[in-house]
Amino acid sequence: MQYLEKEKYQQRLAQRQRRGKIFEIMCIISITIGIGMLALLLWYVADQGLHKLDWQFLTSFPSRFPERAGIFGALLGTLYVIGTGGLIAFVLGVGTAIYLQEYANDNRLSRILQVNIANLAGVPSIVYGILGLEIFVRFAGLGRSVLAGSLTIALLILPIVIIASQEALKAVPSSIREGGFALGASKWQVVSILVIPQAFASILTGVILAVSRAIGETAPLIVMGALTFVPFAPDGFMSPFTVLPIQIFNWVSRPQHGFHEIAAAGIVVLLITLILLNSVAIYLRHKFSKNLEG
Amino acid sequence: MTKEAKESDKFMALILEGILDPRNYSNKRWRAGIFEQIIKVILLLVSAISIITTVAIVSVMIFEASLFFQNVSIFEFLTETRWTPLYSSKHFGILPLVTGTFLVAFGAMFIALPLGLMSAIYLSEYAPDKVRQVIKPVLEVLAGIPTVVYGYFALLFISPILQSISDSVKVFNAASAAIVMGIMILPMVSSLSEDAMRAVPRSLREGAYALGATKLEVSLKIVTPAAISGIVASFILAISRAIGETMIVTVAAGQNPTFTFSPFVPIQTMTSYIVQVSLGDTPTGSIEFQTIFAVGITLFTITLTLNMISQYIVRRFRNVYD
Amino acid sequence: MIDHQTIIQAKEISVHYGSKKVLDNVSFDIGENEVTAIIGPSGCGKSTLLRSFNRMNDLIPSAVVSGEIIFHGQNIYEPHLDPTEIRYQMGMVFQKPNPFPKSIYDNIAFGPKVAGFTGDMDQLVEESLQKSALWDEVKDRLKDSALALSGGQQQRLCIARALAVEPEVILMDEPCSALDPISTLAIEQLMRELKKQYSIIIVTHNMQQAARVSDKTAFFMNEGDNIGLLIEYGDTQKIFSQPEHKTTEDYITGRFG
Repeated sequence: MQYLEKEKYQQRLAQRQRRGKIFEIMCIISITIGIGMLALLLWYVADQGLHKLDWQFLTSFPSRFPERAGIFGALLGTLYVIGTGGLIAFVLGVGTAIYLQEYANDNRLSRILQVNIANLAGVPSIVYGILGLEIFVRFAGLGRSVLAGSLTIALLILPIVIIASQEALKAVPSSIREGGFALGASKWQVVSILVIPQAFASILTGVILAVSRAIGETAPLIVMGALTFVPFAPDGFMSPFTVLPIQIFNWVSRPQHGFHEIAAAGIVVLLITLILLNSVAIYLRHKFSKNLEG
Repeated sequence: MTKEAKESDKFMALILEGILDPRNYSNKRWRAGIFEQIIKVILLLVSAISIITTVAIVSVMIFEASLFFQNVSIFEFLTETRWTPLYSSKHFGILPLVTGTFLVAFGAMFIALPLGLMSAIYLSEYAPDKVRQVIKPVLEVLAGIPTVVYGYFALLFISPILQSISDSVKVFNAASAAIVMGIMILPMVSSLSEDAMRAVPRSLREGAYALGATKLEVSLKIVTPAAISGIVASFILAISRAIGETMIVTVAAGQNPTFTFSPFVPIQTMTSYIVQVSLGDTPTGSIEFQTIFAVGITLFTITLTLNMISQYIVRRFRNVYD
Repeated sequence: MIDHQTIIQAKEISVHYGSKKVLDNVSFDIGENEVTAIIGPSGCGKSTLLRSFNRMNDLIPSAVVSGEIIFHGQNIYEPHLDPTEIRYQMGMVFQKPNPFPKSIYDNIAFGPKVAGFTGDMDQLVEESLQKSALWDEVKDRLKDSALALSGGQQQRLCIARALAVEPEVILMDEPCSALDPISTLAIEQLMRELKKQYSIIIVTHNMQQAARVSDKTAFFMNEGDNIGLLIEYGDTQKIFSQPEHKTTEDYITGRFG
């Protein structure tokens, strides 16, 4: 008889279940390793850098001496460059999303646009730096300025903003649009008065998440010419600049332990900024889903 | 002429006629209509920026890289095993950078693939809903940490640990970068694979359970194969990300382009080379400057190809359930 | 009428999903080598009851089954018993055919393989397909994907798949409701053949089908808030011609449902 007798079957079944348990434990270990590494990293950074985090650190410029160095220039640079870049990406990205979702027909052109955007989202960020270097710094003559940096960042996060905004617009039920049209409203009226307000919180969440990604970006800005030693505050859009992650990179690259410590302090500031931004995004998301249900 | 071309011609003619006729300007309806069209055109132009970006990336690369290849043969570029453009005796073989890149990327996948896949299976098949809702966002945090922070961790925490294990490990090495990079891409593999598995309909699992299969058998022999196109796509995307990653390797893997397979010595990747040149005082237009684009176009081509393969796999092999 | 042995006994089975009761105190016997039909309007727990027989409700975290199902002299809900073994002993066919995205051959081979089958798989696959009257249609394309088959063929494949692990009982949850009339008749014919070797429990919305195909019928009704209750159980002929309860008669004659 090809099938096992009851006893053999039960033995084998017990073995199969044991294997299942072992596998489950391995899976849990995998997750634990991931989360454990995260915890380890956060602990190490805090341990190394928290004690260096004080008001002096936040308001000083970098210096040859780690005890006197601070991230003020980098913070301002981040604010200007990422803030402006985020704004530009917001305008362009939402505009593109509105066109693709509300206006474009499902023809070859719009499909090419979609695939193109998906591909752009997967391009390594350093390539955007190369692009920014050639087009904004050199070709457009903007030099290694805050403006060139903002534009580079804007292009970098543009695909993310577009995709997130499209999702937000898709989530608006078509009944809202149909209701608007039935009342005789024009396309733009329906979009601007009915659809966008409904999708706005989601769009904003997407932009905030894109900006929080941009804040951590180092490579594209290095390539397009951000400085790594900026002992001054950027004064205007054409000024040279640095950003927080580049400042951190600069300090990590130095051999002295003192610089490693303030690098950790800089990382703490960076992470706290990201936590705050993401919390705002999560809060917005919750508030928005409550609105839908309420 | 295509139908659309004819229509847009008619359309343009109407608009021009309208603009030229001053009687229209007081007609509110006509003004509103033109307004709508203007909005549409503005939005279209804004959308064109994404296409222009792609065109710009490709043209810039091709233009500058072609300048480079006027001075360096493609043959040398692809086969020479020394990369020394910044030295006086210059060799322009990309292989050291490529092997460095792949050494770190594959090392990272060695970690991210099994851990990511097992995490995905657990979250999709085993974890109760409440557990999943907590663990999934925590794993996503791993993906959100800036890479320069990972670089810091790799150089100052992981590398010393590796060095204490073995004497042959140098301060800058591919292994510390690979380990940390693996943890960074883990959520990507986990999240995308889990999505693919959750898309497998419940009815398939029930059919398998009803035949007397254990949970392990259902997960590994039914669900995972059914989701395989999404899982493989996630692997390829993760490799592509690892290849394009810059700061972890720049901080921790070294600045020594060498054609080696050892994970314990300093190497250089394509991305960290570009950073190195950008940080230096390279005069624009020089051959050293042009290497940025030669390496850049290689990097871009590799990642673009991988991304397109991943999209193709999902399109072609995804199971369509009714 | 041959008096068949009882193969399964349901004793005071109640099922809750969380705090919601869906089945109330069901008790009756399933006869060996018979087709037992479970009929009634929708929402009265018929599928839930069927799934209680092979502990498929265990897969739903909020489901609680109380009472006993006696099979081979023991209550299958004994805490120390592995539900996998019970499911191995009973086959199940679902409302919508659910073949695995694998080849026809691999679909059938899956159950036996995980159970530890060591004999001639080719022969087993052929036998199972013969028993479900699908062999002639697929014998030349066993390596083709099962998803390429028509709905009726897929359902027969699912039946063959269930037969391959040599169950004693086959549970069918509205197996024909997603199929065209011709496939439906083919499967009903199959049931008449299969009952010689197996015991079949079929949930069906279709009264005429129950009357055509089954030997015994259990009629369920929902009382109040979708709580299923067994109203009457007996020989099919009797249920359909001389039901004991008025509710049964009303349902049979189409006054509701």
